[in-house]
Amino acid sequence: MTSPANAKTVVVIQLSGGNDALNTVIPYNNEHYYDLRPQVNISQDNVLKINDELGFNPSMAPIKRLWDEGNVAVINGIGYPSPNRSHFRSMDVWHTAEPDTISNEGWLGRAIRQIDPDGENVITGVNFGRGLPRALYAKDVPVASVGNLENYGLMTDMKNEAARNLALEAFSQMYGGSGKDTIAQFISQTGLDALKGADILRAAPRQYSSTVEYAHTPIAQNLKSISQVMSADLGTRVFYTQHGSFDTHSGELSAHSKLWQDVSEAVGDFTDDLKEHGQLDDTLILMFSEFGRRIKDNGAGTDHGSGGSAFVIGGAVNGGTYGEFPSLRSEDQIEGDMRFNNDFRITYSTIADRWLGLDPVHIANGTFEQFDFVD
Amino acid sequence: MVTATKDMQLISHLMRRAGFGVGLPELESLAQNGYNETVNRLLKPTNVQEMTDDLIRRYHHEQSGMMGQNNPGAYWLYKMITTTDPLTEKMALFWHGIFATGYPKITQGKVLNDQIRMFRRYGTGNFRTLLLELSKDPAMIVWLDNHDNHDGAINENFGRELLELFSMGVGNYSEQDIKETARAFTGWTIGNTEYMALRAERDSIWPYGRIAWHFEFKEDDHDSGEKEFLGNTGRLNGDEIIDIICQQESTARFISRHMYHFFVADEPPVPQWPYTPPRDPKAIDTLTQAYFDNDYDIRAMLDILFNSEFFKSEDSWHERVKSPAELVAGILRLTGEFDRPRREILDRSTQAIYMGQHLINPPSVEGWHQGTEWIDTGTLVERLNFASQQMSNVENPGVAEIIGRVIGDGSHQADDSLVQRCLDEMGVTSVSEGTRSILENFAAQNRDLENDATQIVAQMLQMVAATHEFQRA
Repeated sequence: MTSPANAKTVVVIQLSGGNDALNTVIPYNNEHYYDLRPQVNISQDNVLKINDELGFNPSMAPIKRLWDEGNVAVINGIGYPSPNRSHFRSMDVWHTAEPDTISNEGWLGRAIRQIDPDGENVITGVNFGRGLPRALYAKDVPVASVGNLENYGLMTDMKNEAARNLALEAFSQMYGGSGKDTIAQFISQTGLDALKGADILRAAPRQYSSTVEYAHTPIAQNLKSISQVMSADLGTRVFYTQHGSFDTHSGELSAHSKLWQDVSEAVGDFTDDLKEHGQLDDTLILMFSEFGRRIKDNGAGTDHGSGGSAFVIGGAVNGGTYGEFPSLRSEDQIEGDMRFNNDFRITYSTIADRWLGLDPVHIANGTFEQFDFVD
Repeated sequence: MVTATKDMQLISHLMRRAGFGVGLPELESLAQNGYNETVNRLLKPTNVQEMTDDLIRRYHHEQSGMMGQNNPGAYWLYKMITTTDPLTEKMALFWHGIFATGYPKITQGKVLNDQIRMFRRYGTGNFRTLLLELSKDPAMIVWLDNHDNHDGAINENFGRELLELFSMGVGNYSEQDIKETARAFTGWTIGNTEYMALRAERDSIWPYGRIAWHFEFKEDDHDSGEKEFLGNTGRLNGDEIIDIICQQESTARFISRHMYHFFVADEPPVPQWPYTPPRDPKAIDTLTQAYFDNDYDIRAMLDILFNSEFFKSEDSWHERVKSPAELVAGILRLTGEFDRPRREILDRSTQAIYMGQHLINPPSVEGWHQGTEWIDTGTLVERLNFASQQMSNVENPGVAEIIGRVIGDGSHQADDSLVQRCLDEMGVTSVSEGTRSILENFAAQNRDLENDATQIVAQMLQMVAATHEFQRA
């Protein structure tokens, strides 16, 4: 059931809605930036400078602190060929690692299958949120999807604990039979997997203690839940959660700042907590968004674009910038967007191979070069 | 103890497939007319009642503009749970799954809602008329780029999907036929094309909010030259291509298989159809014959389907996995929560999204894969928890009425009558012996813990909601 000590885990934080990369990692010395962003810009004085060209959004202080400690890899110019500006399609591309055809198998689902081919541990992958992101989906791969760890499970609204136990017993009998056909068998197996995952996960918070006080935001609470499951050492290797919406067509400056404040604080709390539990060196956080936004602002916000920045954070991460920061000159743009210069599957490949020790070809859907953000 | 007659069980099965299921009072009222008359009334509804648009908008100002990607789905859910003509909504759902058009590219809920309205209007009529309306539908035109399909510079997207996904299925035409189809549909576009296409690229309500689009045939952009399509030659226009499509046996078989898949039993996902024979080839033959005998009339095909042995057979009861929309709408019809518009509808329609079906936003042009693909550990937990929470919430008027009826005649006093009655009330017409004995066992043991009659019934409703049978139609 439990994994070998110090098994590496990956935590994916999806920034849903299309994060404005240009106001996240800001080219504060680039005249084109201020020309093209007359309204929706971050002034040079406020940028949290990480080198002579680039700086973080001022609401990212906790991430800047992690950067200073050498724990943050910033991947600029990340994307894929023929960018799609639909949230859903672009998110699908990132989830399935399949930019050309429609596929429904997720890259992390495939990773989980490699980690645990027989599906022995139903919580090798855990999502914190509602429904199951396609990234985690793969046929016959059990994954738990948890809305709220404190009351996760089936029939959670039954107040009477004894009655609920009876109901769960009846449920496991109803889903434990052989089933009259393959559909019934499939539903039964899925039901039992869900029930088993819930039983194991519900115990996690009881074994956890920490001096870190997490912020009262959904993303911070989800990361706290992840930390609780990590502490319980249940063999979970892949965690997933999301925050949003980063779809800042209007009122961007205040909205974007609040979003990053929430994410940065949460990541800061989480990494403090991991450090306290001695897990920071075995944890790798990937933060991505389905696309970046247009270079030119629309007066109050920005519309859907392409090319973005991703972040890889962890104790074992080789901090620094990776990829090229895209040129903002008009002749270098594609249809008003930043041109990507590194395929997101390079990052997936690196994580699968170097971090999780898996065969990356099947997971990233092809052979890609790798970054050195982990050794 | 209520034991439904065979005729009642059949009517309940019919209403789960042709509608969103029925509770016991409605079933008893339908049973007075018998099965055949119930089919007739489904096919030719009169005096249709439903929650009206003006009432909906009084509580949801955003519904008039259909702002955002979730409002069209919430609106549709109102219609599904309040209509007295459920087959029309079911057929709109059927066609939405096949002619799957999605929000990400259109970004205008109003235009997508107009497409669903078109399905309501033409979805049970003549298939030729439906394909023609589809080809003129503004959301479809933008979805499959027909506004970029010009005389001398064709865009094949619509032409290809019309043949592959909307009528004949792969393997029944050539690449040349696709090109000729695309040529025939040049000039079939939307009015003020450039501006509207630009609006579709910008997910913004500015400067004029949501506005409807309309079809326009641009003669000067139409390729009126000679074309050859499936062996027919002439200066074919789009409507003549549709005539030829409708004459094909492959079209009849493709639509028949879709109907079987949706109303009778789960087939494999559509991409596998060329390689996997139908599970009941005779049923497909019957429906294909009905298509040609009745001049492509969908209603006539449904009439034959609902009266066929393959549909009525006990083997097909509770066979199909309910889609999230069917499950949510069916539960909300039972709970009676929406006797008037309430903001909670937004949460309820979001629940279907958690279960994997975002109305007006299918995952791809192929629509949703059905059957077991609705089920994974995440979606199953959502389905079970939603069903059991809604059905055991005694504040829901429909649930309170069910409990009142069960207690009223003392059905709750014995374990077997409690189980049978709750199954009947929730429209579950048959359960395996295993399920029945587990439920009865639960009832017996729960009696030692619980002595409040209301809770005893509510908890049984909750357990029935969690059965395989309730999760399948």
